[in-house]
Amino acid sequence: MAYNWNWSIFLSDTPAGDATYLGWLFTGLQWTVTLSLSAWLIALSVGSLFGVLRTVPNRGLALLGTTYVEIFRNVPLLVQLFIWYFVLPELLPRELGDAFKQLNPLLQQFLAAMVCLGLFTGARVSEQVRSGINSLPRGQKNAALALGLTLPQAYRYVMLPMAFRIIIPPLTSEFLNIFKNSAVATTIGLIELSRQAQQLVDYTAQPYEAFIAVTVMYLLINVTVMFLMRRVEVNARVPGYIGGSR
Amino acid sequence: MSELYEFDWSSIPGALPLLGKGLLITFEVTLTAIVVGIVWGTLLAIARISASKPLGFAAATYVNLFRSVPLVMVILWFYLIVPQVLKSIFGEGIADIRLASALCAFALFEAAYYSEIIRAGIQSVPRGQVSAAYALGLTHAQTMRLVILPQAFRNMLPLLLTQAIILFQDTSLVYVIGLSDFFGTAYKVGDRDGRLVELLLFAGLIYFIFCFSASQIVRRLQRRYAQ
Amino acid sequence: MKILTTVAASLVAASLFSPAAFADELTGTLKKIKDTGSITLGHRESSIPFSYYDDQQQVIGYSQELMLKVVDAVKADLKLARLDTKLMPVTSANRISLVQNGTIDLECGSTTNNLERQKQVAFSNTIFVIGTRLMTRKDSGIKDFPDLAGKNVVTTAGTTSERLLRKMNEEKKLGMNIISAKDHGESFLTLETGRAVAFMMDDALLYGEMAKAKRASDWAVVGTPQSFEAYGCMLRKDDPAFKKLVDGALAKAMTSGEAEKVYNKWFQQPIPPKGLNLGFPLSDAMKAIYKAPSDKAFD
Repeated sequence: MAYNWNWSIFLSDTPAGDATYLGWLFTGLQWTVTLSLSAWLIALSVGSLFGVLRTVPNRGLALLGTTYVEIFRNVPLLVQLFIWYFVLPELLPRELGDAFKQLNPLLQQFLAAMVCLGLFTGARVSEQVRSGINSLPRGQKNAALALGLTLPQAYRYVMLPMAFRIIIPPLTSEFLNIFKNSAVATTIGLIELSRQAQQLVDYTAQPYEAFIAVTVMYLLINVTVMFLMRRVEVNARVPGYIGGSR
Repeated sequence: MSELYEFDWSSIPGALPLLGKGLLITFEVTLTAIVVGIVWGTLLAIARISASKPLGFAAATYVNLFRSVPLVMVILWFYLIVPQVLKSIFGEGIADIRLASALCAFALFEAAYYSEIIRAGIQSVPRGQVSAAYALGLTHAQTMRLVILPQAFRNMLPLLLTQAIILFQDTSLVYVIGLSDFFGTAYKVGDRDGRLVELLLFAGLIYFIFCFSASQIVRRLQRRYAQ
Repeated sequence: MKILTTVAASLVAASLFSPAAFADELTGTLKKIKDTGSITLGHRESSIPFSYYDDQQQVIGYSQELMLKVVDAVKADLKLARLDTKLMPVTSANRISLVQNGTIDLECGSTTNNLERQKQVAFSNTIFVIGTRLMTRKDSGIKDFPDLAGKNVVTTAGTTSERLLRKMNEEKKLGMNIISAKDHGESFLTLETGRAVAFMMDDALLYGEMAKAKRASDWAVVGTPQSFEAYGCMLRKDDPAFKKLVDGALAKAMTSGEAEKVYNKWFQQPIPPKGLNLGFPLSDAMKAIYKAPSDKAFD
C-alpha cells in the first residue's frame, strides 16, 4: 500500500475550527514544556530536602528519606500517575475529592501529572544529592562545625553549594528525563505533545507526518536543554575536580 | 457528611489467573528486551568505539536518537511500523501485532541504553590488558571476546541489572497500545468490575514487591563486588 | 507447521471441489480466504453490546454474531470444508488502517459509515442505526445539550461525537470543558467518578456502558440526537465480489427476521457482564434497514 504524503495537512483547519493542526502541535509543545519545568521545580526542592535528610545524623529522618526514595523508585511511573489521578481523589474525604473533580479537566490532569512527575523525579534527584554530599571530604563538614557553624548552616553555606556543583552532570540527565517522562501524561488525557500526535492521527489519518513532526519537536527540546545545561556546567565547574579548571 | 472510600477487594481473587497471564506478558517483554538489548547494545558499543568513522557515527546516531525520544512515542512509532513490516514479510496477519510491536520497540529502545552502559564498561578495562592480549598474539575480535568483554560485563553487572529493573517498570507503558500486560490487565479488570481504585493499588504493590526485592539483590551484589 | 497444514487443507479442499469452485476465477479477499483457508476478523474489546469480551475473554455481541453469519456464508459460498477464523482486537484509532493494509478482512463492531471513511474503505449494508446523545446521572438536572454550558463533558477520542461536541462548543460558545477519553470504558469512568456531568456518544453504546455500571438505575440517556449514524461492517475497497457476498449474507439475515432475533437477544434480554437488560426497543430507523437493507451513509 503506497502511503500518500501530505505535509500541507498541518496548515489546514481542525474540524472544531479552533486552530490549524500545527496550532494543536504548538499547544502540545507548550503543555510539555510547562509540565516538565514545573515538575522539575518540585523535583529539585523535594529531592534536595530528602537527599539532605538521608545524610543527617538522625536515624528517623534518614529512614523517612529512604522510605520515600524506595517507594517512588520501585513503582512504575504510569502506575504512580494513575494512582494520583484516579485513586487519590476517591480516597480523599468526599467533599475534597469532589471539589478536585469539578475543576477544569485540563487543570486536574496538569496538577496530577505535575505532582506525580515531580515526586517521581525527586526520588532520583535525592539519590544524586545524597551521593554528592557523601562524596565531599569529611573534613569540610568538620571544619565548618569547628568554625562555629550550626549543622544547618554547614549544609547551607558549605556542603550544599559544593555538592550541587559536583552533581550537575547527573542532574542534567534527570532534567532531560523529565521532558521525556512527561509524555506519560498522555495516558490521563493531558494534551501534551504525544497526545496531540495521536489526536492528529485520529483526525487526519496521516500518522507519519504527525509522528515525524512530534519526534522532531522532542529532539529540539533535547538539543536546547543540553545546550543550556552545558553553559550551566561550564559556569559551575569546581576548580581542582575532574572536569574542573582547565 | 464526610464519608471515606469503602474498599472492596473481592474482585481480585477471581481475576488472579488473568492477572497471572498479564504478568507473563510483562516478563516476556522484559526478558526479550534484556537479551536482545544486551546483544544488540554490545554490538552498538563496539561499533561506537571502533576505528571506523562511519560505523561509529551510525551507532552514535542510533543511540542518541533513541535516547532523545520518549518511550511512549517509540512504542507508538513501532505500533505504526511493525504491523506493516510483518505483513510484507509474512503476508498474513499471523502474529499478535501488539505483542510483536511491543517486543520490537523495547528490544531496540533498550539496546540504546544498554550500549551506553556497555561502552562505559569496556572503557573501564585498563588499556594494558589490550596491549597484553595483542602481545600474546590475540586478534582484535579475540581480545574483545576473551579479554575485554568478560571483565567489562563483570564490572557493569550491577548497572545492567538496575537498568533491567527500570525496564521492567517501563514495560507498563504498553498500555498506550492496549496490550494486556500485567498493568493493562489490572486496569481492564478494575474497569470491568468498577473497582479501579483497588486494582491500581494492587498493581502498584506487586510492582513494588518485585522491584524492591530485585534492587536489594543488586545492592548486595554491588557490596560484594566492592570488597 | 501451521502453514503446512493450512496449505495441505487448501490443497485437499481444492482437489475435492475443483470444477465447481473454480468455475469463475476468484479475486481479492475471497481468493485470499480460499488460498489460506482462513479469514481474519476485526472486533472491538469493549463496545457493549456490539462487540466485546465476556468474562472468559470470548468475543460476543450483536455485531459479532452478524459477522459470524457472514463467515458462515463465505464458508458455504467457497465450499470450504473448514475455515479458520482468526480474531484480532482493533481500536477506533487503528481499525481503518488494519483493514486497508490487509491485516484484517472484515470488521463488524461499531464503526460509522461516512463519506470520509468511504474514501479509504468499503462498508457493507448498514447493521445498526444510532443517534448521538448524552448519558447523565438521573438527578443531574441535565435534560439536553444547552444545559451543558460551562460544564465538564466527556466523549471518546476519535469518534464522531468528539467532532460534533467540539464544533458545537466553538459555534455556540457553550464554554464546555471537553474531555476526550481513550475509550468508552474510560469515558464512562470519567462520568461515574464525577469528573464530567455528561457523556456524549452513540445512544446504543451509552446503554451498553450502563450495563457495566455499579447501579444502572442511577443513569439516564437524554437529549436530542445531534446526528443519526449508520454502522456498517468494514472491508477493503474495490473488492466487489467480497462486498456482494457480505451484503448478501447480511441482507438475508435482516429480511428473514434472523437479525431481529439477534437484536432481541442483545438489546431486550439480560446480557453479560452483569446480566442487565438494556431495554432498548427496536427503532423505526432499525425497522427500515431490516426491511430494505442498504449500504448508504447518512451524511
